[in-house]
Amino acid sequence: MEDSPILEVSGLSVEFDGRVVLENVSFKVYKGEVMAIVGPNGAGKSTIFRALLDLIPYQGKVSWGEKIKIGYVPQKLALERDMPLTVMEFLKLKDSSGSNIHKVLKRVGIHEHIQDIPVGVISGGELQRVLIAWALLGNPNVLLFDEPTSGIDLGGEETIYNLLHKLQGSDELTILLISHDLNVVYQYADNVLCLNKQIVCFGQPNSVLDPKGLAELYGGEAKFFRHDHERNHHHGN
Amino acid sequence: MAEKQSFSGTIMNAITTMEIETIQIVTGALVGIAAGYIGSFMVLRRMALVGDALSHVALPGVALAFTYHFNPFLGAFASLFIGIIFIWLIERKTAISTEALVGFLFTLALAVGLLITPEEDILHALIGDISRVTALDAVIAAILAVGLLFAMQAIYRRFVLSTVSADLARASGIKTALVNLVFLALVAVIVALGIKVIGTLLMGALVIIPAIAARNMTSSLGSYSRLSALIGCVSTVGGILIAGALSLPAGPIVVLVSGLIFGLSFAFKK
Repeated sequence: MEDSPILEVSGLSVEFDGRVVLENVSFKVYKGEVMAIVGPNGAGKSTIFRALLDLIPYQGKVSWGEKIKIGYVPQKLALERDMPLTVMEFLKLKDSSGSNIHKVLKRVGIHEHIQDIPVGVISGGELQRVLIAWALLGNPNVLLFDEPTSGIDLGGEETIYNLLHKLQGSDELTILLISHDLNVVYQYADNVLCLNKQIVCFGQPNSVLDPKGLAELYGGEAKFFRHDHERNHHHGN
Repeated sequence: MAEKQSFSGTIMNAITTMEIETIQIVTGALVGIAAGYIGSFMVLRRMALVGDALSHVALPGVALAFTYHFNPFLGAFASLFIGIIFIWLIERKTAISTEALVGFLFTLALAVGLLITPEEDILHALIGDISRVTALDAVIAAILAVGLLFAMQAIYRRFVLSTVSADLARASGIKTALVNLVFLALVAVIVALGIKVIGTLLMGALVIIPAIAARNMTSSLGSYSRLSALIGCVSTVGGILIAGALSLPAGPIVVLVSGLIFGLSFAFKK
């Protein structure tokens, strides 16, 4: 019914120091889809991304389609607040063209004045946009978006998710999204992969994320995820 | 006639003296610039202590150079090279505390170095002696300092990105472990160079202090690393001139000058 998948994962397992972090995970992603990955803390959500990016050793098979360019948006950067690195300098590490940078900053809704501010002092929401801009500079056709865990200030004229939605439409992006916010998953994802070291459920959000499925995935934590997303204060992996 | 000869002799003397001073200042300036510049990236990577420890690791090599009469720079570089390979290997095995092992390595090196350094050379090895700098040293310093600046430029993008996010760097195809090794090699070269100017005990200061002073006064990476290079240069040149005027050893004065600049930097804190 569709083309061949742009990503096919089969039997993916990851161990750290003999501890199983992911076990026999298999799924497919097709072009133009938005697939959300949800699960409790320590379920291995970020680990999947790191395996897909070939950053860690794993067992199993990860096959990307041809001509795939991946844009990766990590949760955060490992920098101190007083690190002397401006937004512009950071983005220039990826693309030395100032005009390309101005273009992507505009697309992600970042005001020009932020470009000379150190990356360590901009707000969490701004940093997310800067990281998306970073990913977009490589003209990706697949975006791996690891949502920050704590409730960050999403400020600005549109939410990050509206932005991603728009990008998905205009750039024909396929998006893999780690989310801690089920509202986002219901609203934007075509498929959701529920993960707790292994796959607990996979399918369209409305059909698999029913109360029973959620109880199975999160156990006692489920009620947490029914809160309004701006009040989410749980910590991630 | 005799009087005339002594007059020209005095002039010759003055020129020779001036040349030695020029050599000292040029060498000091180049080492200061390179140390300030490389040091800014060490501080960025939170490697200040590693730099300090490395400078001590140079001592056994310097000692061997004094004993067997070869250029101390070579001895320093050889033992530093062993030191950085050691540190690089530890960095890759995160299970062991890098900090503790670096501490172990540098005290061990210091102990061995103190034992094998010829007694009359100990002070020279520990705090440097710019007055012993030769024209050849100045040429070596010039070539290496310029080479260091270019090498750092060449790895700048990969190094900074690895510092900001190892995952982003590796996802961009950067071999972070290799970048780290190249950077440590640059650190070894600048520390070995600086030992001639301010000695093994004090060289850590010349890579750390200009950087932290510059960090106080800047908020972009470009201005931070350039200002650090400038402060490194002002510290060494200022220190050498003041030490010369007061007939004191240059090494400690260089450190004091950079410390003074660090103190003043708080007045311009951003």
